[in-house]
Amino acid sequence: MQTTSDDVLIARIAGGDRLAMQVLFARHHVRVYRFVLRLVRNEATAEDLISEVFLDIWRQAGKFEGRSAVSTWMLSIARFKALSALRRRQDDELDDETAAAIEDQADDPETALAKKDKGAILRQCLTRLSTEHREVIDLVYYHEKSVEEVAEITGIPEATVKTRMFYARKKLSELLKEQGIDRGWP
Amino acid sequence: MNTNEKEAPVQGNIEALLPWHAAGTLSRRDAQRVEDALTRDPELARRYALVREELGETIHLNETLGAPSARAMEKLFAKIDAEPKRAATGGAGSFSLSSRFTGWLGGLTPRTLAFAGGAAAIAILLQAGFIASIVLKQQTAGFETASAPSTAPGIGAFTLIRFAPQASFDDINKFLETNKLSIVSGPAPGGLYKVRVGENALSKDELGQVVKKLQQDKVVGFIVTTQ
Repeated sequence: MQTTSDDVLIARIAGGDRLAMQVLFARHHVRVYRFVLRLVRNEATAEDLISEVFLDIWRQAGKFEGRSAVSTWMLSIARFKALSALRRRQDDELDDETAAAIEDQADDPETALAKKDKGAILRQCLTRLSTEHREVIDLVYYHEKSVEEVAEITGIPEATVKTRMFYARKKLSELLKEQGIDRGWP
Repeated sequence: MNTNEKEAPVQGNIEALLPWHAAGTLSRRDAQRVEDALTRDPELARRYALVREELGETIHLNETLGAPSARAMEKLFAKIDAEPKRAATGGAGSFSLSSRFTGWLGGLTPRTLAFAGGAAAIAILLQAGFIASIVLKQQTAGFETASAPSTAPGIGAFTLIRFAPQASFDDINKFLETNKLSIVSGPAPGGLYKVRVGENALSKDELGQVVKKLQQDKVVGFIVTTQ
């Protein structure tokens, strides 16, 4: 079965096609939501932000020049919205609820190890990374973005994308070590 | 945040590419470089296993984040409905013509496209028919003397013209007479006709001026210079 490409949907949206907007939303809203949620760490805020992201897409569809993938363009808009929301909140730290949840899980490495669930510990450590490190790891691993696309979304040079990813992974290893898991790297 | 990011010793390093290799987003060339290195270097292969572990758990983590409620979509479309109406065709700003055309084509059903294609083909055939009659008329009735009198086929200045599909017999006839043009050959693939625009060869600029003038006429769908 052939599906309408994102580019065609954007062209239709530029012409005011509401149904095309529904299709695009249905196709991408979960991933955009998850990307935003990982940055702002608040479900209600993330939900508000995705409607803002897609409203911007509705308004700016006519300006989309197709130089990048539609999903890359959407994540750029989502990132801008999320970081603006974080600035408004004047709080790039963990919110109380999340911090409490992490402490509950993280303060007992022996218990965690006893469960022998290395994957769960790794996921928990992923939530403890800084905003920048979470962002680059999600873009590369979950949103399947190339070096060039990550550079476009985050507005940093490609070489810096690679080094940021390196440091994010290095930090992840350090967090794992704190939890009693030594990966022997870096 | 990371003050050392720019000085980090990973640029150009194969190891720095491992996350993208695991995600399958490297170019074929880079992917091959990484594959070769992994075959040669067991330590790199061990580190690659760590990367794959991170990849799997990052996907797992994101997939357990859930999805927004229906409220998000309701809110969005309430906002869209409150936006000023825009034209049904064409977009805001500078969206390219080709993208609009792609979007328009994408909006047609296969049946509509087949019908439109068939109708266009019939229109082109009809047009070819009456243009042939114009050519015949030029050759027999002698109004060519007003345009390209007894000129050998290869001499003169020429353009390739595709007439607008809606152009009628009378429109085309009048266009040729008014501009003192004669059809030399055609139609070529794409419905193009070779049209003599002058008895003598013109310079590139002069021919460009002629083309510019002729393309203003609604009878002309497409026009370029030719030898």
